[in-house]
Amino acid sequence: MKLHEYQAKSVFADAGIPTPDSQLAESTDEVLAAAESVGYPVAVKAQVQVGGRGKAGGIELVEDDEEAREAADSILGMDLKGYTVDRVLVEEAVDFVDELYVGVTMDRGEGKPVAMVSEKGGVDIESVAEEDPDAIAREHVDPAFGLQPYQARRAVYDAGIDREVASDVSSVLTTLFSLWDDRDASDTEINPLMVTSDGEVIAADAVMNIDEDALFRQSELAEMEEESYTDDLERKAGEYGFDYVRLEGDVGIIGNGAGLVMTTLDLVDYYGGEPANFLDVGGGAKADRIANALDMVFSDENVESVVFNIFGGITRGDEVAKGINNALEQFEEIPKPVVVRLAGTNAEEGMEILNADLVQVEQTLEEAVQRAVENAQEGDA
Amino acid sequence: MSILVDDDTRVVVQGITGGEGKFHAEQMMEYGTNVVAGAVPNRGGQEVAGVPVYDTVSQAVREEDADASVIFVPPAFAADAVFESLDSELDLAVAITEGIPTQDMSKVYKRLSEVDTRLIGPNCPGIITPGEAKLGILPGDIFSAGNVGLVSRSGTLTYQVVDNLTNRGLGQSTAIGIGGDPIIGTSFVDALSTFEDDPETDAVVMCGEIGGEDEEQAAEFIADNMDTPVAGFIAGRTAPPGKRMGHAGAIVSGSGTGTAESKIDALNDAGVPVGDTPEEVADNVEELL
Repeated sequence: MKLHEYQAKSVFADAGIPTPDSQLAESTDEVLAAAESVGYPVAVKAQVQVGGRGKAGGIELVEDDEEAREAADSILGMDLKGYTVDRVLVEEAVDFVDELYVGVTMDRGEGKPVAMVSEKGGVDIESVAEEDPDAIAREHVDPAFGLQPYQARRAVYDAGIDREVASDVSSVLTTLFSLWDDRDASDTEINPLMVTSDGEVIAADAVMNIDEDALFRQSELAEMEEESYTDDLERKAGEYGFDYVRLEGDVGIIGNGAGLVMTTLDLVDYYGGEPANFLDVGGGAKADRIANALDMVFSDENVESVVFNIFGGITRGDEVAKGINNALEQFEEIPKPVVVRLAGTNAEEGMEILNADLVQVEQTLEEAVQRAVENAQEGDA
Repeated sequence: MSILVDDDTRVVVQGITGGEGKFHAEQMMEYGTNVVAGAVPNRGGQEVAGVPVYDTVSQAVREEDADASVIFVPPAFAADAVFESLDSELDLAVAITEGIPTQDMSKVYKRLSEVDTRLIGPNCPGIITPGEAKLGILPGDIFSAGNVGLVSRSGTLTYQVVDNLTNRGLGQSTAIGIGGDPIIGTSFVDALSTFEDDPETDAVVMCGEIGGEDEEQAAEFIADNMDTPVAGFIAGRTAPPGKRMGHAGAIVSGSGTGTAESKIDALNDAGVPVGDTPEEVADNVEELL
């Protein structure tokens, strides 16, 4: 779960990391009122979870009411890489002399957290990591003991940070690590961490991704989750509790188990089709969950054809068949053709239950996918 | 023959009083696994699925001589259950639980380096030596005994590939689902090295997916250390960068590493044929044998 910038900033600010004055606004009038209270110049920043907001016209620096009104009118409601902007953050424009980077993430290869500092902030840190890896100082952290103060200092000195701000930067990094640790984050990042002409540091952006598996013990953050969904179908998937990713194509894909569903996507591509989504019903899905999955995929207007690929271990073929029947029997006419492939636990029982008038049955994964791709191509024609 | 588990393995089921724990304890026993005990805090003295339940794993080790555990404990308590198995000097612990917080697993991973127990998982289907024993939730009837080893990050993909193998008479020595999480106990390299040392395994299938660099490391290991031929499969070729595809580990960073392409290239460079479909994987295994 990815927090919006304004959410992450409020978490950072509460922990004592300096952030610019800012207010959230949802209308032009609110933008003007917020700018008045923060004080010009301000940045008007689209609150959507896509990278490169600035380049895409989602961030504007404004000096007065007129410019603020224009920025609000152009940004609110705009489509930014597929997401509609419904909120902006109106933020004090920081006068800076330097831009740094600090971040904490899990190094999965090492199985340990890693704290990072770089003098090269303000740009795409992934490219820095690739092109000039030595520009990022890294400290691996023992998960049992946490980031020690000397490690934070060492990272800051190794990164060549100016002595004048070294202790402030190392204190920001220490706080950032504590947040990462306490809030079950998968990544936290400040890019840029601005250095002002007065020698202060201030977090001009804020990234915080939370490990969804840990939300059970992060009730405060779980409340933010509702606001973090970025499109209606993703919101619906969240309500149903599916692992779901929306894609660009027209073949809807439902299966059990992430690896098998990914493989089904890949085969759709291999046989010349385009996947519309990734939908994993998970292990042991009962009939109602299967019916919800079909409902979910039919709600995507791009979908021209659906393929169900179930290989039961915990999941039982008879339950899957009941769910498919339940979902499809409600329709007078099936919205889009559905191909079903059932294997594994209770697959034979499932095949007997399955209402063969409503679906197309195939025996193998390869046959099922080819049939679904053909169906989609006929749908397009 | 087999690696890691056989019909002598004495298994304790952590979480045996829960719905899944009980169901799969029974399934494992039906398959022939030597389940000797359960372990659930405060439930000691009961009997479930015909075996005695103890309050702690160490009691099960002391009283029933258990040497392996299978963990069916909900995510919030699962890391604690893994720590308990590691502290009980078992040879093997298999964590089935899906959804253990990554930071918990980071602490488990550190502890793992200090003990002799091998951990498989978490978020995995388990391990099976066909005809002898299974520790986990794999559907036993699709497997057949033979000389092909299999290691995979994904449960249902394992079943799919095994089905393709079994259907053309290619039996398996042992199949291990290592799990799809970012931090897991047994890596591809660990599993491959055990298969390399097993005289009864004549070829190995390795099923990977996007995310992380375990497959790239495995490719390096295969090139440098393996005589047993390996056939590969990588799921997630069509996955968009930055999106998590179900498995916690299955995310493409967008910076070139962890993509299906980089994994397939690394494997090909190590002489491993990577099938485009599970059926092609079986073709490749047939050729390698």
